[in-house]
Amino acid sequence: MSELLIVPALLAYGEAAVAYAGELRGPGLAGRLATWGVRLGWIAQTALLVGQASSADGFPWGTWAGSLNLFVWLVVGAYLIWGCRPRYRLLGLAVMPVAAILLALAWAGGGTGLEQGADSGVVLAIHVALMLAGFASLTLSAGMALLYVWQERRLKRHSRRVLRVRVPPLDALDRLAARGVLAGLGLLSLGIGVGASSFERGDLDAAMVVTLGILVVYAAVLVLRHEGWRGRRAALLNLCGFMLVAVVLPITHFAQ
Amino acid sequence: MRLTLVGVSHHRAPVELRERVALDAKGAAALAAQLGREAVVLSTCNRTELYLARPEGAEEQAVQTLSELAGDRAAELGAVLYRLGDEAAALHLFRVAAGLDSLVPGEGEILGQVRSAFEAGSTGPFLDRLFRQALHAGRRVRVETAIAESPASVPAAGAALAQQVFENLAGKRVLLLGAGKTSELTARNLVSRGARIGAVANRTLERAQELADAFGARALGLDELGGELAAADVVVASTSSPEPIVWKADVAAALRSRRGRPLLLVDLAVPRDLDPGINELDNCFLYDVDDLEAVVAETITGRRSEAARAEQLVAAEGDRFRRWHASLDVVPTIASLRALAEEIRDRELERAGSKLSEAERRQVESVTSQILAKLLHLPTIRMKEAAAAADGVIYADVVRHLFGLGEEERRR
Repeated sequence: MSELLIVPALLAYGEAAVAYAGELRGPGLAGRLATWGVRLGWIAQTALLVGQASSADGFPWGTWAGSLNLFVWLVVGAYLIWGCRPRYRLLGLAVMPVAAILLALAWAGGGTGLEQGADSGVVLAIHVALMLAGFASLTLSAGMALLYVWQERRLKRHSRRVLRVRVPPLDALDRLAARGVLAGLGLLSLGIGVGASSFERGDLDAAMVVTLGILVVYAAVLVLRHEGWRGRRAALLNLCGFMLVAVVLPITHFAQ
Repeated sequence: MRLTLVGVSHHRAPVELRERVALDAKGAAALAAQLGREAVVLSTCNRTELYLARPEGAEEQAVQTLSELAGDRAAELGAVLYRLGDEAAALHLFRVAAGLDSLVPGEGEILGQVRSAFEAGSTGPFLDRLFRQALHAGRRVRVETAIAESPASVPAAGAALAQQVFENLAGKRVLLLGAGKTSELTARNLVSRGARIGAVANRTLERAQELADAFGARALGLDELGGELAAADVVVASTSSPEPIVWKADVAAALRSRRGRPLLLVDLAVPRDLDPGINELDNCFLYDVDDLEAVVAETITGRRSEAARAEQLVAAEGDRFRRWHASLDVVPTIASLRALAEEIRDRELERAGSKLSEAERRQVESVTSQILAKLLHLPTIRMKEAAAAADGVIYADVVRHLFGLGEEERRR
């Protein structure tokens, strides 16, 4: 029965994604409806995950679809920290449509059902959870970088509506994107460390190489930022890193 | 209780007349005290309004008071004075508190002025309720619409843009180029949002020093900008120089030591003081006066469209007030009915008192109290509803007749 919770979660995320578009016309009811959609959807998804965890013998999110389900939950959960503040609502426009689509994919792929998951051991469970949390943090960071590039462009082009559509200040977006990268790097490094404890020669595959590449790119983002690469250049580099996460990593993973 | 509003405002009265009837905070408080309970005097640069709540209309007293304030121009008042009563007066106050009656729709200062007038007024239960609801309406409009969010002047737009770039202006350093009125206005806007004026540069050092002293900043000549450009977060330029005084190369040189920190440059001068090429530099945002005026025009359009939504909110508050006001007509009847019921209960309990044990008495008290509450609940609600629909007085008369309310007093 609890697998049906995917329906309200998906509906609420979808509603939030649509309502955030209404927020573009100015703050008001649409923004508040969007925030409530995120909150209610996240609560429904949390209940679904609890149901999955309690009914599974092992780690219930070991499949790609299950991982996607957990990943969406982590992204939306992290977004809720900022998304409730009116000034950061528009970040939802970058996050919630993606979250709704990914959750629908997870559902289609069977990642939201009960009684699944093999007894894969604690180490693998921790490894997967840390890696997903790291990617969730990088996703949010990319959302902020995207918002930065958009807002910077509006400011540079002297958009007449620059003060009518509320977007977080450039400085804040730059700082939060960097924090997201730092958190993501930390979690990925921990996840790789945990995974390495059960690593054997011959296990190395393309996905692992890409993951290490991602680690290097994001480390470069932080080092260059320290050297004065802030603002637009840092945001673009961040988005390049995210291309690896969102495009190259899935391709290499499924090509195996 | 009747509400009376008499006032003059910028809509019809010229400034020469408005300034005659304008009062400072102390004067408004003294006049409210002089008018007696319940009175509130709201006096701003755009309006002076007297709100009086009395059992009978107090219009003549209010008109007389304003005429005395106007002195030898009292004869001009007749044509520009407005007089509103009850719901219309309440709705007007809600519109004022929401900034909908202001010159620039949604301006934020008025809500504080309404609050001050309320606090200094000579209020009782009626005006207390009215002004609290007006403050609530004003806050609602600010929270639920975007009417008050955008700047309505070029200096305010410059400061608002700074907040689009920097999360918090607290501690952000501002460099002023030019020491004229425009620079000062923009500087005041930035300072009110937490920024700090670091330096004032001007062709004549004396004038720069004057303005710098006012802000606790450093004064310098226009040829000493190098270090200040590197340290500043916001540059405001408004000199009368016939050609640019800061070039792209100057800013590019300053950027080297800024480690990617953004720089906002606001050029309010015509001809322009800042080389337009500066906007091409990374992390530099240059706005000239045309850009700012376009932003202001757009935000004022936005304010007007938000005003339509704000009017709906204010109308809803007005309706709420109307219902409350109407319910006052039936309140004495409801109170008498409840008092009668309570009196009968007490009398019967007293009569039965000697036959009951202490525990039984408590039980009977509790049960009869609940019966009364449940029995009177629906008539109370219905009478209030009827009052809101203007049938309240008829219902109240019927209830008074059926239950003989007030007959005892009449007999006495």
